[in-house]
Amino acid sequence: MTEFALILVSTILVNNFVLVQFLGLCPFMGVSSKLETAIGMSMATTFVLTLASILSYLTFQYILVPFELEFLRTISFILVIAVVVQFTEMVVHKTSPLLYRVLGIFLPLITTNCAVLGVALLNTNRAEQTFMKSAIYGLGAALGFSLILILFAGLRERIAIADVPKPFQGAAIGMITAGLMSLAFMGFTGLIRL
Amino acid sequence: MSVVITAIVVLLILALIFGAILGYAAIRFRVEGDPIVDQINALLPQTQCGQCGHPGCKPYAEGIANGGEPINKCPPGGESTIQALADLLDVEVLPLDAEHGEEKPRTVAYIREAECIGCTKCIQACPVDAILGAAKQMHTVIVDECTGCDLCVEPCPVDCIDMVPLPTTPQNWKWDYPLPPQGVIATDRGAL
Repeated sequence: MTEFALILVSTILVNNFVLVQFLGLCPFMGVSSKLETAIGMSMATTFVLTLASILSYLTFQYILVPFELEFLRTISFILVIAVVVQFTEMVVHKTSPLLYRVLGIFLPLITTNCAVLGVALLNTNRAEQTFMKSAIYGLGAALGFSLILILFAGLRERIAIADVPKPFQGAAIGMITAGLMSLAFMGFTGLIRL
Repeated sequence: MSVVITAIVVLLILALIFGAILGYAAIRFRVEGDPIVDQINALLPQTQCGQCGHPGCKPYAEGIANGGEPINKCPPGGESTIQALADLLDVEVLPLDAEHGEEKPRTVAYIREAECIGCTKCIQACPVDAILGAAKQMHTVIVDECTGCDLCVEPCPVDCIDMVPLPTTPQNWKWDYPLPPQGVIATDRGAL
């Protein structure tokens, strides 16, 4: 149990995928201008990331390893992720047209979110990986992504009404804010070693 | 060589399995129609007046949902409709586009029956069939059906149709904002 908690803390805070490992920066900058969209995107990504992490672990462990085809993991993980994203898109379109509309282009773009592939690949690199561990790892990465996305969206909503000097308006101040957040998260380094 | 063949076969089987899953999901989670169009249509005032440039409220709803039409082209709906559409679609609230007309209080058509010559031109113009009458017979307006679109005023050859404001009811009552007092300061009155 402690181990799972450690994995969660590690992926959410210490090795945060966005601010420490610099994965998934596209949705981080793209969907964070409004808090509601950010929350919707976080939920979709959480679902996809956790599911993709589990499925890619299963694919790797029970299909690629027995056939000694470990070198195929990148392409097969991309296949798994694309299927999960497409499936999620269908379900969201059916169950919540509003969320579907709000997420718009970003829902299919989760396919190319490098955090998703990053989690799947890093998962297989870790020694003694089990089913539960990879599920927790994916969930933790997704929660870390959501936390950062929502925090950043909140910050950007404040920045939008602040008096920003002209050369810094728009993406520039966003990048600077992201950098400062990243510095703050670097402060967690050394809290846990996994 | 055998590794290459295994690799191809394994990937092929994997792809086939995933394809089958997606194919099943596409049938299982099929979406009939576009529910967002109905939701937008329900928010529009259904005057069918065509002031937005579309032939009616439903086509405008389709335009918003699929064609990226701005949400501020509906004068009869006014501020409240724009607000409701912005909430539904999660977009910014825009001020009403003055090009398509301005927001007026809700009215209904009233035919001064003594002057009506029974030409049926207003019946043909009415988008919601709210005018009752026949050729050479006096016409009248069904108040409950009339949407106040004033499309019948233009074709009337004897100008016997008036647009009458609806009586105030709890449903359409609006707060009259007190206007700021004018000319309180001497310089405003030009009396330096």
